[in-house]
Amino acid sequence: MLDTEGNRREGGLECVSFTVCGQVYCLNIMMIREIRRWASVTTLPHADAHVLGVINLRGNVIPVFDLAVHFGLGRTEPGPRNVVIIADVEGATSGLLVESVSEILTVDPIDIQDPPRFEKDGHSSLIEGVISVGEEMAQLIDLRHLSHARGDAAA
Amino acid sequence: MGESDDIRAMFFEECNDLMEALFEGLKLLEDNTPEPDTVNAVFRAVHSIKGGAGAFKLDDLVSFAHKFETVLDELRADRLSRDDALVQTMLRAADHLAHLVEVSQFDGEINSERGEALLEELDFYVAGEEDEEEVAFEPMTLNFGGIDIEAPSKPTVSVRFQPFEKLYFNGHDPLLLIDALGSQGELSIEIDLDALPALDEYASETPTLTFLLTFTADDPETVVDEVFEFVDGICRLEVVRNDGDDGGDGGSSLEADLSPEPPEQDEPAQANPTEIEQGSKVAAEPSTKAKNIVRNDAVAVQPTLRVELDKVDRLINTVGELIINQAMIAQRIDMLNLPGDGDLESDMADYKLLARELQEGVMSIRAQPVKSLFQRMARITREAGDATGKSVRFVTHGENTEVDKTVIERLADPLTHMIRNAVDHGLEDREGRLAAGKPETGQISLSASHKSGNVMIEVVDDGAGLNRDRILDIAINKGLVSRDSDLTDPEIDMLLFLPGFSTNDEVSELSGRGVGMDVVKTAVQALGGRISINSTPGNGTKFSIVLPLTLAVMDGIVISVAGETMIVPITAVVETLRPKESEVFRMGVDQDLLMIRGEYVPIVDVRKKLGLADSQDQQEQLVLVLVESVDHSRCALCVDAIHDQRQVVIKAVGGNYGEIPGVSAATILGNGRIALILDTDHLTKVETISPPLPSNSKQDVKVAHA
Repeated sequence: MLDTEGNRREGGLECVSFTVCGQVYCLNIMMIREIRRWASVTTLPHADAHVLGVINLRGNVIPVFDLAVHFGLGRTEPGPRNVVIIADVEGATSGLLVESVSEILTVDPIDIQDPPRFEKDGHSSLIEGVISVGEEMAQLIDLRHLSHARGDAAA
Repeated sequence: MGESDDIRAMFFEECNDLMEALFEGLKLLEDNTPEPDTVNAVFRAVHSIKGGAGAFKLDDLVSFAHKFETVLDELRADRLSRDDALVQTMLRAADHLAHLVEVSQFDGEINSERGEALLEELDFYVAGEEDEEEVAFEPMTLNFGGIDIEAPSKPTVSVRFQPFEKLYFNGHDPLLLIDALGSQGELSIEIDLDALPALDEYASETPTLTFLLTFTADDPETVVDEVFEFVDGICRLEVVRNDGDDGGDGGSSLEADLSPEPPEQDEPAQANPTEIEQGSKVAAEPSTKAKNIVRNDAVAVQPTLRVELDKVDRLINTVGELIINQAMIAQRIDMLNLPGDGDLESDMADYKLLARELQEGVMSIRAQPVKSLFQRMARITREAGDATGKSVRFVTHGENTEVDKTVIERLADPLTHMIRNAVDHGLEDREGRLAAGKPETGQISLSASHKSGNVMIEVVDDGAGLNRDRILDIAINKGLVSRDSDLTDPEIDMLLFLPGFSTNDEVSELSGRGVGMDVVKTAVQALGGRISINSTPGNGTKFSIVLPLTLAVMDGIVISVAGETMIVPITAVVETLRPKESEVFRMGVDQDLLMIRGEYVPIVDVRKKLGLADSQDQQEQLVLVLVESVDHSRCALCVDAIHDQRQVVIKAVGGNYGEIPGVSAATILGNGRIALILDTDHLTKVETISPPLPSNSKQDVKVAHA
């Protein structure tokens, strides 16, 4: 299910893991363009709660999303300790506010379990699979659903 | 494969230029103000298209261009004289040619019906003439063959033709050129083999052959000029008249050449030196004369450079960044509170000036005259006139007005629609016009001009004007406005721009395609422009579009709302003001009105409208920006503060996020932060007119009730 990304390296999938409200998530490294320190955003009118606003990334206007709100975990209080992951999703660039970035994992695709299905659970659609990292469980995010999820959240 | 695609793309690009030249020439012919070279230029354009099309095996295009070219050739040779019917036919033929080019480029469907009709029309001109010509010519050709005495009376030229590498590279074939020459007179050919290098130095890419042609015809120079017209500049061509000015030499070579079929290999050693000598000796004067003729049309055109649009855009972007960076540095220096008389300050001022200049320079690269667009519209007008059976005169003004390339491209669709509308709905039919005491031929005029930093484009027809009663009826029937609404004339006119509005009950082939003027308005707005209508019953309708010069920068007023910095486009701003308390009135529950110069104007709280209402503190004094929307309705935007007026670089927000109601774009401020550019027309949309569209985003509805 992942080989469309062309990201297998020696059979492993490289992911960046980060925490949002105490939970560990990870994201395919090929989608990540850079990681920046938090800088204040310009608020957008009529935006959904998980849309923090837009930032200037070398002349481009990039929307920044609060993943915590997206997962229904409350708000991330933006501060200098937080970071913004700049990710490319299907041609569009967006920023994801997370608490902190931890490490780069190499995951064997076999070790990725399908997420358990909950009925009518909007946010699990963003979760592509779960991986054990030591004692922790990391949730692999599929950002391609972020735009659709935006519509869900608005409804 | 890739390369041939490139060449193909290049061909179509050239076709565009050629079509432009073609229409320009035809227009001169139409106005009956042809310049000496007009017919030639038109002929050349068609001929080049034919030639290129042949290389790509575009047979339909070739055969049509060929027929067209034949007619033009007749005209060029004065065997056919210009008359209005012919010019009209040629214009339509040119339209069809443009159509064929488009079809070949984008794989569309050929309008073969029109093609055949036109071929017949063209045939009428050629066939009639050709038959005559042939009858008249036959005996003469016989004479040529039979009687030698005729020959000396005809002038002879020696042509030294040395193709350059580029000639072969461009796909020309010397043999074809020489054949073409041979078909129009007597020709003998020699080849100068002197330049041939030894085998070990031979480079296959570098042409070494020089052809020495001796040509006899009635007017040999002209024929040679015509035949070699298309390889001008990519070969060395020396034309020397053999008789007349230098008798002895020319005479001898003439004799030698006239001796029947000199075997080429036999004589080169003897013939060449004299030829070459003569060529180089005399080349100076006659060739300058020849060149002068060619130059004539080249002088008018400035040398140009074809650059990929991508590169220019990247440059523009970078310069945009430079401007922002400059503003940032200026702000930083400002914050240092340095003593006021420093050199730094004047250096910064210079820097700013240079950056601005650089930006303007780069922007002007993208600017192009609207001529090609206008020509296209002329085509549309003719087609629309044909389809509706109305006789239409199309007049343009200011075709050299320069506008950003993207603007031109994106204006094509809305303008097409407006022109079709003007012909279809605007102009009355023949009887109607006569009854109204107007000339039978309707007039559509399209003009472009620069007006205070904007581009103004106007489409004017001299038709019956808008039928406001009917418009209102339809709008009411379609539920676009309420029955009891009392609208002013301009407001009624603006109803045309509502989605789902179409005045014509019967769907005509021309304009009833389910898209209305709302599409035009949307397209114009997407370009940061505004559109307005001015209609006088009985005298016609004028649509005016005001567009920014470029899509990349605009002037705006910097305001702040709810702690955010925002920009109001200056094109919309009438004035800024702090009203006295006595000038503000409350209407209903929460609607404030501003009384300004005897007019009550609604006050729109930007903070609320944008859904940013978080602070309750009511300001002591209102700060208002009076704006005028495209429909001329005024509205006062209530903001927290007004800071500055400045030029801002426009950045799209839609790409990475999606449309935001009330925001048209964004810009980057001196401190690197993003400021949103407000869409005043959206903010001030008068609710009574806003159509109750279920498809509209939820936010709109929310706002309407807020």
